[in-house]
Amino acid sequence: MSSTTIKAPHERKLRRKTNFRESVKNSLTMAYRGLLKIKRTPEQLFDVTLQPIIFTLMFTYIFGGAISGNVQNYLPVIIPGILVQTVITTSIVTGVQLREDMDKGVFDRFKSLPIARIAPLAGALLADTIRYTIATVLTFSMGYVMGLRPEGGLGAVVVAGLLVIVCSWAISWIFAFFGVISRTASSVQGISMLVLFPLTFLSNAFVPAETMPKLLQWFVKINPISHLVTAVRELTNSGTVGWDFTISLIGATVIVAIFAPITVRAYMRRA
Amino acid sequence: MNQFTDKRKGMDHKDLAVEARGLVKVFGDNRAVDGVDLNVRAGSIYGVLGPNGAGKTTTIRMLATLLKADAGSAKIFGYDVAKDAQIVRQLIGVTGQYASVDESLSATENLVIFSRLLGLSRAESKRKAMELLEEFGLTEAARRPLKHFSGGMRRRLDLAASLIAQPPLIFLDEPTTGLDPRTRNQMWDTIRRLVKEGSTVLLTTQYLQEADELADRIAVIDHGRVVAEGTVNDLKESIGTSSLHLSIQNEQSLSKARLIVERVLNVQSAVTAEGGKITAPMADADRVTDLLITLREAGIQLEELSVQKPTLDEVFLSITGQNTASNTQVKKEELA
Ligand SMILES: Nc1ncnc2c1ncn2[C@@H]1O[C@H](COP(=O)(O)OP(=O)(O)OP(=O)(O)O)[C@@H](O)[C@H]1O
Ligand SMILES: [Mg+2]
Repeated sequence: MSSTTIKAPHERKLRRKTNFRESVKNSLTMAYRGLLKIKRTPEQLFDVTLQPIIFTLMFTYIFGGAISGNVQNYLPVIIPGILVQTVITTSIVTGVQLREDMDKGVFDRFKSLPIARIAPLAGALLADTIRYTIATVLTFSMGYVMGLRPEGGLGAVVVAGLLVIVCSWAISWIFAFFGVISRTASSVQGISMLVLFPLTFLSNAFVPAETMPKLLQWFVKINPISHLVTAVRELTNSGTVGWDFTISLIGATVIVAIFAPITVRAYMRRA
Repeated sequence: MNQFTDKRKGMDHKDLAVEARGLVKVFGDNRAVDGVDLNVRAGSIYGVLGPNGAGKTTTIRMLATLLKADAGSAKIFGYDVAKDAQIVRQLIGVTGQYASVDESLSATENLVIFSRLLGLSRAESKRKAMELLEEFGLTEAARRPLKHFSGGMRRRLDLAASLIAQPPLIFLDEPTTGLDPRTRNQMWDTIRRLVKEGSTVLLTTQYLQEADELADRIAVIDHGRVVAEGTVNDLKESIGTSSLHLSIQNEQSLSKARLIVERVLNVQSAVTAEGGKITAPMADADRVTDLLITLREAGIQLEELSVQKPTLDEVFLSITGQNTASNTQVKKEELA
């Protein structure tokens, strides 16, 4: 039994606001919590581990011959496509889990603690970058096993991987927004898939745009996902950084600039 | 006990841990909390007593900054829950009605994360977690995931988590509901110890006995309103320490018997809808003798008589003059 006496309120150092340093510290603690949860329930990593493996095998052998003549020639085209598609799909989980988390009792505890209001949200977004990293590493490894030897070299591959992770993180703000405003986790999943499915498939991720009808080509070309895929292809296959790289980063910035404030505002209203 | 003084505040506010004025919360067209006033003196145990759906949880959530009030205001140690929410959070610990801990993590991990969030260092957090787990008899289960915890263990962990920062005010929402008698007694001891150390405790309960056992003052709430407030003794005087249940052989003399009961015991009585049983609060068991004699003299024959602990229903009955159950109307018609 502790024999401490409790300090009276007027003897305490009370702060009206949490400062920036504390906000960062709180967010990191919340991210640590996210990682612990992943460690405790590793089955939630099924999607990020299985999807890269299965999709890479499946798409390469289904489309390889038809599009590039053979599997070997298709790998430099398809691996960046699958990478982008897989990692971005993974970011949906952020929104779904955020909703589930906010519905749990423990969220009340977080709300009653004198911590930065933003910490649970920031922590969740931060912890999820681990999923993107796993998916990225696995997809490239799968490609390597199947015979992909990126001309751009390891450095370029790492940069490409980081680009995809950064862009997915940006996109996860969109799903975080859905997560905050939706009533149930399954509705978050549903609406997110509805947004993401056309975006990833109506792009140059799997099939060159030139083979599509005119109207579709127009959409594929303005689709930001296409630019991201092209940027990754340029990096892995020739080690060059082009206009598409810049467009992808601009796109990511725009998404964060729009969705971070509205997500935070919606979140604060509930928190 | 912990006498809190603040020179900026007026004399009458100086030692109030909780001061709520006209709190209102409306869900759709349901006025869940409908103008609640509360004054909780620092260093005391305050009980909020009420049946299911009375608005206890909603009231606590507003006081604990978890829910915004639609009207009214509340101050915790003089700090407004709306304007100074972040300060209020530094002064309170909240143990909600349903466990607010992370199911997928272990007890230690939960406590360490909450400690880290409260600004303790890694080493301090570990130490604090160990200390609390030992104090609440959870050391053996410390590393197990909470999924396998019993209700009582979860409850204790939840309370432990509320005490990390040693807050001067602790909210406990139905801390003993669902606990076995032994665990409940331990919980009571813990609550008493907290107050001895200088904390203030505001707890809710559905059990009169619990409020009786612990609280210095009690507010009885029903349909979102405070229907009675006072010390345990005040309340006891109005409802009696026990209650009398009486049924008579001849239904025709029911109202006559009621009159006698009310006159002799000097209280209000009621008649239960089923079986025409008279119930009345009773402060002094000795009076039963007088009552029996008077009934015999009036020629009223008894069927059954018993003395029981008052139920929450009877508390409401005597305080508001009406039953919480839906048979209120029936009763009134019967009496007419
Ligand atoms: N989030 C909510 N949305 C809609 N109605 C709510 C909400 N929370 C509570 N209520 C309603 O408000 C009323 C008061 O609920 P509250 O939980 O405060 O009661 P309580 O006294 O804590 O009851 P119990 O003893 O069952 O815990 C109830 O009618 C309940 O249905
Ligand atoms: Mg409740």
